[in-house]
Amino acid sequence: MKYLDEYRDGGIAKKLVDEIARVQTKPWVIMEVCGGQTHSIVKNGIDHLLPKAIELVHGPGCPVCVTPLDMIDKAHAIARQPEVIFCSFGDMLRVPGSTGDLFTIKSLGGDVRVVYSPIDCLKIARANPGKQVVFFAIGFETTSPANAMLAWRAQQDGVTNVSLLVSHVLVPPAIEAILSSPRNRVQGYLGPGHVCAVVGYSEYEPLAARFHVPIVVSGFEPLDILEGILMVVRQLESGRAEVENQYSRVLSREGNPAAQKLIEKVFEVSDRKWRGVGLIPKSGLKLRAEFSAWDAELRYDVAAIDTQESEICIAGEILQGIKKPHDCPAFGTDCTPQHPLGATMVSAEGACAAYYAYGRHLAEPELVNIGGGA
Amino acid sequence: MNPTDERESPEIFGSCPLPIFEHPQIVLGHGSGGKLSAELIDKVFVSRFSNPTLERMDDQAALEIGGARLAFTTDSFVVTPLFFPGGDIGSLAVNGTVNDLAMGGAKPLYLSAAFILEEGMPTVELERIVDSMRTAADIAGVQIVTGDTKVVNRGKGDKVFINTSGIGVLDRATRLSADGAQPGDKILLNGYLGDHGITILSQRENLEFECDLRSDCASLSGLVQAMLDEAEAAGALDAIRCMRDPTRGGAASTLNEIAGRSRVGMSLVEDRIPVREAVRGACELLGLDPMYVANEGKLLAVVAPELAERLLAVMRAHPLGADASMIGEVVATHPGMVTMKTGIGGTRVVDLLFGEQLPRIC
Repeated sequence: MKYLDEYRDGGIAKKLVDEIARVQTKPWVIMEVCGGQTHSIVKNGIDHLLPKAIELVHGPGCPVCVTPLDMIDKAHAIARQPEVIFCSFGDMLRVPGSTGDLFTIKSLGGDVRVVYSPIDCLKIARANPGKQVVFFAIGFETTSPANAMLAWRAQQDGVTNVSLLVSHVLVPPAIEAILSSPRNRVQGYLGPGHVCAVVGYSEYEPLAARFHVPIVVSGFEPLDILEGILMVVRQLESGRAEVENQYSRVLSREGNPAAQKLIEKVFEVSDRKWRGVGLIPKSGLKLRAEFSAWDAELRYDVAAIDTQESEICIAGEILQGIKKPHDCPAFGTDCTPQHPLGATMVSAEGACAAYYAYGRHLAEPELVNIGGGA
Repeated sequence: MNPTDERESPEIFGSCPLPIFEHPQIVLGHGSGGKLSAELIDKVFVSRFSNPTLERMDDQAALEIGGARLAFTTDSFVVTPLFFPGGDIGSLAVNGTVNDLAMGGAKPLYLSAAFILEEGMPTVELERIVDSMRTAADIAGVQIVTGDTKVVNRGKGDKVFINTSGIGVLDRATRLSADGAQPGDKILLNGYLGDHGITILSQRENLEFECDLRSDCASLSGLVQAMLDEAEAAGALDAIRCMRDPTRGGAASTLNEIAGRSRVGMSLVEDRIPVREAVRGACELLGLDPMYVANEGKLLAVVAPELAERLLAVMRAHPLGADASMIGEVVATHPGMVTMKTGIGGTRVVDLLFGEQLPRIC
């Protein structure tokens, strides 16, 4: 397929792998920030191809995973209201709250719908004037322009029977939290390509300088990831710590100004809780006061919901690259996609779920060594 | 700051998300063909109906009646929209049951057809569906010999649900079953994966996207008979170990089932699995995997290595097998598990899907 096959070529992959092996002299720990990158790495078996001394650890960039449990419970409380049509991105439907998931609510008569674009909610709202349409607006910077557009259009068009339950998070504060931890092992980053397509990557420059880590903003296809790793390893080996752009066919340093303007208009930075990690100051977005009429958290009485998370789950450490799914005694036994104990097992993009789906069967040595762990 | 150090009070134990596998009510995922479906069938049905024929868990029951070997199967059809490029619920209902019989090596003969109609359904649409069933039956060489209709109140059905059951004769000394795969066997596929599922998806409300895809809905009986003829001519009917049509749940679910039942591993080669551009594109866009997308005219055959090339040639000579491919082989390692050599040379596990395949957020 055009624009994809070019980035999945086995011959070029081999050349990149050989080059990584040639350049690398010391062991390095590299974190891919995005859940989409984790998915691609495990799905394509990229980690199996790398030299053993290059360890990939999986970052916090799975939007479904990091949405805190209390927010999921709030969503479920709203979705159970008889007058509500609850709209969500698809993979949020299976994320369990304290009692079941959105599928359960649907099976008990709730009107839960998958939308591909948040704007579809306006269409649904207009077609159902007697109903309240609530959109679960989650995600990183990547989904924020589309989510902002829903609030903006609702305000412009005066659509009142639609609202947003916002749980937006930002990547740079999460990277900063990981790098600030005394237990941090991460020496270099594959930066989030689609996030930076929206907001650019100038925000990452102070991080690279302050913590002296290379950050290579990378795409999601196998060759993108391999090239990104090569660029990180080159920097590490030569002692550089810069922000570089592997994904230049998609993004520039400035990102998308029109999208940024819209985000700025609709959202403001706020403190956010991350599932498995806890509160990170100024790490998310909330609706500005001018849009409070479209804020589902204000429209529905859910403020009292404050569910706590499981303590046996090591998702917090996995999301920070301190541990791997296999380090968890519950992985694949007590904790599976059917019985998730925590954040990283609940979405296909979560590190534990990706391991489980693509590499959990550990009978064979070449499959055991996922992540290239030393 | 150190976010992990913020966790303190151990009393919050037990606040973990509840296991949602044991749903106290039916959820859509129970019909997905994945793990939830398997669990439901196992726990609710097989445990109660238990008998040796059922426990073979093939797509059809093989019965011996008065000296004749018969294959018997049933299937119900619910699809929105009722009409789609390449077929409709009627052709689906005939071909689905015909194919389940054919996969057991049977020559399909007679079908029943039962209709649950929703009050208000336009009669002209029903006529169109029944005409399509007649055409499909003629092509497959079967007769629809008995039937039933029920009407439910408006809002209690989705215009029409169809059940078909079928009987075929097992007139050759075959013993095709999901437990027959052996290490060294080759895995054959008769063409492009995912056409049906993506065609249906492209027609759904709220998700209209334009593509020139058509459902692959077809009777596989002729193709199966051609393969059996070839094996029989070679004096090696038992070289065809197992045939399955990968419908809902897709090829991944079918292969996992065979690997599990036969206690063997499977090793696939991604580059050899035919998937159309349009299907790949739609899957990329929606975050789906073609290996899990439904087919209605595809056949997976596990065959002995010595006959594999000949059978592949027979498939390719048939109109429904022009794009047939040998997509992998059965291995002795990692029993019960299907792995795939990826396009860039890595390896991954192709697991059984949990429930419905869900589009990813980004």
